[in-house]
Amino acid sequence: MHLLVPNRYRGKLIVVEGIDGSGKSTQISLLSHWLRSQGYAVAFSEWNSSPLVRQTTRRGKRKEMFTPTTFSLIHATDFADRMESYILPLVKSGAIVCADRYAYTAFARDVARGVSRRWVRNLYRFAMRPSLTFYFRVPLDVALGRILGGRDALKYYEAGMDLGLARDVEESFRIFQGRILDEYEAMAAEMGFHVIDATLSIEQQQRMMRGIVVRELGDSLKNGILHLPAGGEFNGRPSAVNVLP
Amino acid sequence: MAARLPLTFYREPLPGVDTSELQGQLIVIEGPDAVGRSTQIALLRQWLEQEGHAVLDSGMARSALAGRGIQMAKTGNTLGPITMTLFYTTDFADRLENEIVPALRAGFVVLIDRYIYSIMARAIARGEDRRWIEQVAGFALVPHATYYLRTDVEHLVSRVVMGRGAFDYWESGMDLRFGPDMYESFIKYQKRLIHALDAMVEPYEFTVVDAGQPIERIFRELQRRMSRLRRGRIPHRRVRGGQAAIEKAKA
Repeated sequence: MHLLVPNRYRGKLIVVEGIDGSGKSTQISLLSHWLRSQGYAVAFSEWNSSPLVRQTTRRGKRKEMFTPTTFSLIHATDFADRMESYILPLVKSGAIVCADRYAYTAFARDVARGVSRRWVRNLYRFAMRPSLTFYFRVPLDVALGRILGGRDALKYYEAGMDLGLARDVEESFRIFQGRILDEYEAMAAEMGFHVIDATLSIEQQQRMMRGIVVRELGDSLKNGILHLPAGGEFNGRPSAVNVLP
Repeated sequence: MAARLPLTFYREPLPGVDTSELQGQLIVIEGPDAVGRSTQIALLRQWLEQEGHAVLDSGMARSALAGRGIQMAKTGNTLGPITMTLFYTTDFADRLENEIVPALRAGFVVLIDRYIYSIMARAIARGEDRRWIEQVAGFALVPHATYYLRTDVEHLVSRVVMGRGAFDYWESGMDLRFGPDMYESFIKYQKRLIHALDAMVEPYEFTVVDAGQPIERIFRELQRRMSRLRRGRIPHRRVRGGQAAIEKAKA
């Protein structure tokens, strides 16, 4: 089945995926700063951040109103709004859009919630195919250690409490994230993920990411991507002289 | 009530729903904007309740989860066609799981003012992929009957202008601006909607009802058809000449 729409435009779409605690947000943030420092027009899109839909999602979560189906649909609605109003026009215009989580999050998480795999993949068929997808592979225990150490309370849906997997929140979280991890692993090859070993140091991971960006996109970045002329000024700050690679 | 065919899902079973438990009757009233659906639903409800049936009616953008969010999104100017389609599908799913299925379990007659067909027609009228939305909406239950109140766009215009006195932005498809003003956009957009609904008559087994008739006559026709359905005859599954009915309604 034809899953995602090919990107026929000047811009690029770079995506990070992985379970909670894999460190993907840190890495995409570092990568986008680096690309910006190289003078490129860089935009950022986060999962679950549409101004039209966010309120509904937040209320539904607070009141625990979701079923697996409506949870899946509201996240697809949020994604659609960001795709139509933000990601697509920016990629068309020649920007590099960095996305923290993408359709693959739904493919992994909604299926782990019991939604049909075929149905959720069709649901996101309108999504643009990313230029690069980084998948941060991390053993469950390492990720759990990072999450459980850093936050006071696990959230209801994040821990999969709606599924009745376990009475204990931590136990439920462990089972649910384990299922999500299995789904990610099962699609890694099929979806062409660039796998990053998320147990390495932050610096090592970032070096690998930048290396892959240069290797995979290097030449196409010289063509058509919006960027400031070398040595030019942006917001009073000098932009970097070097353009990739 | 007479025994009837058990309900089934179009494509994907809804997690956690055992269709053999659904004892009620699922009736859909479809049709374009301003065709008079809600008037008929109010009349049908009154009649069914007098007959001793428990009735639930449910309509678009009325879900506890997404109703308010949709209304808010429609007041802005950034709601794109795919987002709108999925927002309405979320709203439908919430009503299906939390209102419609529980009512069917309890043996209610459920009257639905516009089903997935309107969501699909709006998406198709806006140029979205038909197969995509058909699969997305595939968790819907196949209704016992769908009555399609059909009319032409000229009749809709007269109803809008005489009844409400003004054109509505979304009913005129102004998000995609099919014409230079609301009237022309309304004509083009509603024609596309009617075309999309007409194309569903055969595959989705609609019963076509001529909405150009007076309210009373439409109501009596719906009453007659529903009584027959409740006696265990299921005419819409053996519908013949759906296309002919459209031609007749057009004429």
